[in-house]
Amino acid sequence: MSTSAAAAYRVAGPRAISGDWSRFWHLTLTLAYTDWKLRFFGSVLGYVWSLLRPLMLFGILYFVFSLIVRIGDRVEHYPLVLLVGIVLFSYFGEVTSDCVQCVVDREQLVRKVTFPRMVVPLSVALSGSFSLVLNLVAVAVFVGASGVDPRLTWLLLPIPLLLLVALAAGVGMLVSALYVPFRDVRPIWDVVLQGLFYATPIFFPIQFVIGQGHVLTKLVLLNPLAVIIVDSRHYLLGPEAPSAATAAGSDLWLVLPAAVLVAAVAVGFGVFNRLAPRVAEDL
Amino acid sequence: MTGEPPADVSVAVDGVSKTFRLPHEQVHTLKERALHPFRKREIEELRALQDVSVDIKSGEFFGIVGRNGSGKTTLMKCLAGIYQTDSGEIWLRGRMAPFIELGVGFNPDLTARDNVLINAIMLGLSPTQARERYDDIIEFAELGRFVDLKLKNYSSGMQVRLAFAVMVHVDADLLLIDEVLAVGDGAFQRKCHDALVRARDEGRTILLVTHDMNAVQRYCHRAMLLDSGRVAAIGDPHMVARRYDEVNRAIYGTPVAAVGPGAGDGAAAISDAWIEDEDGKRVDTITQGRSCRMCMTVQFRAAVEDPLFGFSLTDERQRVVLSINSGRTHSRSGSFGSGDRARIAVAFDCVLADGNYFISPEVRHRDQERRLIDHRDNAATFVVSGGKPVAGILDLPHDVQIVRAEERAAAG
Repeated sequence: MSTSAAAAYRVAGPRAISGDWSRFWHLTLTLAYTDWKLRFFGSVLGYVWSLLRPLMLFGILYFVFSLIVRIGDRVEHYPLVLLVGIVLFSYFGEVTSDCVQCVVDREQLVRKVTFPRMVVPLSVALSGSFSLVLNLVAVAVFVGASGVDPRLTWLLLPIPLLLLVALAAGVGMLVSALYVPFRDVRPIWDVVLQGLFYATPIFFPIQFVIGQGHVLTKLVLLNPLAVIIVDSRHYLLGPEAPSAATAAGSDLWLVLPAAVLVAAVAVGFGVFNRLAPRVAEDL
Repeated sequence: MTGEPPADVSVAVDGVSKTFRLPHEQVHTLKERALHPFRKREIEELRALQDVSVDIKSGEFFGIVGRNGSGKTTLMKCLAGIYQTDSGEIWLRGRMAPFIELGVGFNPDLTARDNVLINAIMLGLSPTQARERYDDIIEFAELGRFVDLKLKNYSSGMQVRLAFAVMVHVDADLLLIDEVLAVGDGAFQRKCHDALVRARDEGRTILLVTHDMNAVQRYCHRAMLLDSGRVAAIGDPHMVARRYDEVNRAIYGTPVAAVGPGAGDGAAAISDAWIEDEDGKRVDTITQGRSCRMCMTVQFRAAVEDPLFGFSLTDERQRVVLSINSGRTHSRSGSFGSGDRARIAVAFDCVLADGNYFISPEVRHRDQERRLIDHRDNAATFVVSGGKPVAGILDLPHDVQIVRAEERAAAG
């Protein structure tokens, strides 16, 4: 063991991210994997639950909006429209909700070992992505069963999905960092998610919001989550599910939700980065 | 010093200070902020480290000692990069593995297997390396039968064993170890000692925080004493151990008056307590194997008939080594009136193991309830040194015999 050859480095205290990317990635992956295993530990059906949960929500919403409220009658492929909305929103909801307490829950680690703190919320986002992939397989099965013709725009689907992961991770960073000094974030965020569920076109297609180019439609589409879901449906089903740009009435409008997304990620990163050095002391 | 330390220095701490701001009531909700936006929060500043500087050379075994709250763990956490320092610089050379507050950050809901892999990666191994070392780690911790058990079902001793095993197996050049020697059973403690000695012989740099002055004197090349966040001494471990005893004595030791009034009815007061050698000279240090006396003087303020004089001798882990009173040897101790003074001495052969010891004298009435007259906790302290290393409290006089079995058979 020769220590004399090793280069000296300055200890600057805990940081959100650090230069060693391979370690950063190994840590994120390991934490995400064990986190994912833990989530369903002790349940008889195990991983099947990550699949069953959105499917059960789907069952309820389908029952309500197809058989009672009868939105479904007027929409082509309503089950798919509904399922895409639920799967994508569930991902966002679960990741951000799990992120709220993730740093505090990992107190043991945070107080005893130094590691890039950003690993913690990112591992939650990654662990949620494992479930997302499983759920997308279920969506694919539904797509196959409902006889939708393959189309080239399917190749574009990774774009909204990646944006969704970025948005969830950015918001996750924000709530996880803010929760350390302000425990109010938990109840606040639960309510915000409830509100978002209704403000986002999940059980209703976007064309049901009064009309194309209407100011209410535009407002709904300020939410990047709405744009992500609407465009995913569009890429999947084609013109019968209008794109966000069509619904808003102009391509230019989409600059605003894009700005909201970028701002959410930037603010999340910035706040986490700023609070990370003191997290171990404030726990 | 600014910038990189010399090549043979593996830990350079330069003028490091760390202050904690402790709000008297932690404000954790927005409501409290919103309702009282202008209320000045009462904040107490705790200066945990003040201008600490030390250079530790590569391959050095360095001890850090000090009373509770003197800043040892804060310094370790700053070195480990868990706390951000307020001022000063810390430079390290080589990969560092911390073992702080008896753990490396385990998740109680995960199995030992998952925890070991996560922590090995945390401490700098690649996932492949972590899986390769896994068997060695479990073997060292002697937990092979329990690897698939969730950690929350482990005893605290088992968790510490596992944590220590991970730390010594990640090939770090620099080990930061906080208080491992005080936990675990005897067998595991010996294993820890062996692992530390091996790491030292391999040329790794080791920082050990401990209250065990024997360990400091036995292993460390150098040591440092922290007192109220400042460096009180750096250098020869024997000197530092002595200074540590002095700091402790300033708190617990003579003069007895400083300990405050006793807990009894005050019919008499213990005015002094000390240890003296066989020549009757007051000393701080007793050489193992020599004879010595523990003594007290008592000032009577009221008439007391045949009081009982007692001593309790405890070691640094508060284990009682000897608890005696004069009732066992003297059926009558005499009548004392107000203003009388008495001196009581108990002579014994010092067969105590190396370490720090505390004397707590007391006086009681010789009645049914044995009512307390005066008691002084840890009124005097002394160090036993110069003995053979003993694993235990006493170096009992003993005689080792080895007899070959077949010779006995032949003789019989």
